[in-house]
Amino acid sequence: MEDMIFYDRLQFAFTITFHYIFPQLTMGLSLIIVYFKWKYLRKKVEKYNDAAKFFMKIFAINFTMGVVTGIPMEFQFGTNWAKFSELTGSIIGQTLAMEGMFSFFLESSFLALFIFGEKLMGQKLHFLTGFLVFLGSWASGWFILATNAWMQHPVGYEILENGKFVLNNFSALFSNPWLLPAFLHNQIAAVVTSSFVVASVGAFYILRNKNIEYGKLFLKTGVVLGLVSSVLLAFPTGDWNAKNVAKYQPASFAAMEGIFETEEAGSEIILIGQPNMVEKKIDNKIAVPNILSFLTYQKWDKQIPGMDQFKKEELPNNVPALYYSYHIMVGLGTIFIGIMSLAVFFLWKRKLYNIKPLLWAIMFLFPFPYIANITGWYTAELGRQPYLVYGLLKTSDGISPTVSSGNTLFTLLGFVGLYMLLGLLFLVLVGKTIHLGPKHQTY
Amino acid sequence: MEIFWFIIIAVVLAVFFILDGYDFGVGIIHLFWAKKEKDKEVIAKSAGLFWDSNEVWLVAAGGMLFMAFPTFYASVFSGFYLPLIIVLWLIIFRAIGLEFRSQFKHQMWKDMWDKSFGISSLLLALFFGIALGNIVRGVNLGGVQNNISTYEGHYFFLPLWNNRFSPLSEHPGVIDWFTIIIGLITVVVLAIHGANWIILKTTSSINKQLKKVVLKLNIMLLLLTIFSLGIWQIINPNSLNNFIDKPYLIIFPIIYFSALIGLFFIKKLKKDIQPFVLSTLLILGGITSSLASMFPVILPSTNTINESLTIYNTAATEYGLLVALNWGIVGFILLFVYMIIQKRLMGGKIDKMDYGH
Repeated sequence: MEDMIFYDRLQFAFTITFHYIFPQLTMGLSLIIVYFKWKYLRKKVEKYNDAAKFFMKIFAINFTMGVVTGIPMEFQFGTNWAKFSELTGSIIGQTLAMEGMFSFFLESSFLALFIFGEKLMGQKLHFLTGFLVFLGSWASGWFILATNAWMQHPVGYEILENGKFVLNNFSALFSNPWLLPAFLHNQIAAVVTSSFVVASVGAFYILRNKNIEYGKLFLKTGVVLGLVSSVLLAFPTGDWNAKNVAKYQPASFAAMEGIFETEEAGSEIILIGQPNMVEKKIDNKIAVPNILSFLTYQKWDKQIPGMDQFKKEELPNNVPALYYSYHIMVGLGTIFIGIMSLAVFFLWKRKLYNIKPLLWAIMFLFPFPYIANITGWYTAELGRQPYLVYGLLKTSDGISPTVSSGNTLFTLLGFVGLYMLLGLLFLVLVGKTIHLGPKHQTY
Repeated sequence: MEIFWFIIIAVVLAVFFILDGYDFGVGIIHLFWAKKEKDKEVIAKSAGLFWDSNEVWLVAAGGMLFMAFPTFYASVFSGFYLPLIIVLWLIIFRAIGLEFRSQFKHQMWKDMWDKSFGISSLLLALFFGIALGNIVRGVNLGGVQNNISTYEGHYFFLPLWNNRFSPLSEHPGVIDWFTIIIGLITVVVLAIHGANWIILKTTSSINKQLKKVVLKLNIMLLLLTIFSLGIWQIINPNSLNNFIDKPYLIIFPIIYFSALIGLFFIKKLKKDIQPFVLSTLLILGGITSSLASMFPVILPSTNTINESLTIYNTAATEYGLLVALNWGIVGFILLFVYMIIQKRLMGGKIDKMDYGH
């Protein structure tokens, strides 16, 4: 039983982590593409149109990857989490079916038109199809977040005698207090990833002394949008989410912040340190007193319940993983604001294109928003443990009753192998596209 | 309300098999009959431009099944665990084959991805047919052994095959000689459908030859269909009862057989769209006939202890189904609009189109 749950969780974690590499770029990039296309319509300068088409090419590669790694996500609810699907399908099936209906159809219909239809449609319609692709990809995020929000903070349901969750209030799924902050935080995080990627490609072109004109455009767009989105990520959206966790999942909040003992006169905020689960303390701790209470409740002496206030069964079952995920996300977010502020400062001083160390730093920064996005999701998902539906349905009660651990390990190994091949192809193709540059693409 | 959703999902599934079906079929034709590089290119493109918007129908069907019949979704997806995951892997291989073949102008690279596209299309068609065969044949619900259920009555787990490959044994596997025949029928139907798509959408040099191929495949299809109906009678003697009780259902098999007969006259058809319409009807007739023969059962039980899964004992509650019907109608109207726009801009032969490259 234990190893069945372990392999089911590992397979889901592995496949969703790999899958989420792609949508986080496409969601943010679609916004940037729409911006370039709009600039082109206003200014009629060819480089903006080239930029839009160049990133659309990168978008298309990511979209394909997203589709083929996304289908297994939907299937896995049934294959590996059958009991969960049976009990909650009439609720989360709503939002997942709506994603197919309102987002995938929109996105896939107009993506083909955007890529192939520029000459057939004319510029204004071409802009419009780009905008619809953007709308479709953000709608997808909305429905997935609505699904996840219900698992984090279930609303609009009743539980029948046979244990099934049934919907009794459809609109509650979308007015869920968990949803809007999580959606905004997630979408802005996607914008961070894509603006860092755009800036990184720009820095690469400038350093390589090739496609300089595009390099400057990409870098400028990337760092300005990167700074704005990094700041919005921390405040207000990150702040809202943390307050939601403190309010609705206090045990997870204690675990992710690493508070082992309740402090009567206000909690400290832990910056660095390693959770020691045996002695129930943080090793090598660097912390600032009372800040956590202030940030969460705007009161320096507000008492925040620590892990000592909760029963073991209510606490997330992997506290260190949760704590690290959360701290990596927050730490990286802080670094992003720092570097992007510096970059925007030098852009304003008209020196940015000549400061090589900073350009190198920006070029190599692009993997880190991916890490921050994924650790952010780990924070949400590990924090929800040991539940699938918070407080109501345990993870161990959601797996498929008939699938043996041997079968799951077999398919997990298959996914690992196949996804390694996919990842390799992906890198080769994106590398080739960037190498060719915006002027020499064949569309 | 359950019947509404059953019909909606059946339609969405049928559309999926009609749309993604032609690009599976294109893969099969590509594997066996495309020889010249120019033909290979344009035939691959006739699938490559459309596969992702076609596959969205699978995601939509999955989502709706999940929402409307959660117990069925949970039971079937976990019970057919291995074949479904293998289908996922094949879908991935097919997609990368299509997307990546033209990325480098090197013959070895192209050949490799062409084979990946062709072989996974063939196997996918086979597996989808086998899946249909399993649904029609039924499974050992509850995993009954010696008259005792191993699991809850609506769960089961099927191995890929058992030692005798027999649908009549007590615990049939996913692959047995009945489901293999249904799988072969699907391969042949989709190959015909794919050939008709190529005839419709391209001016490839093998279009004439493909009409002959369709004729040959059609003969195979007729024989396989008759054969499978015979076997089906042996496995499940009651399989035609629905058609006797509700004679109007016979319209579905009539659609199937008329389309099948119509395809014998493929050389006489003047317009390129006519064969494609016929194979569309063939798929539609095949799927609807299978479902109509079982209705309201959606997964028969092969034992007497646990009852078959029906649309009634697996459905979500009235309220959920009703709200979903409301947004579903809005969604379908929007979808219809997208399809008209897409059709107006991307209709016609693909190799004569100017995409502004």
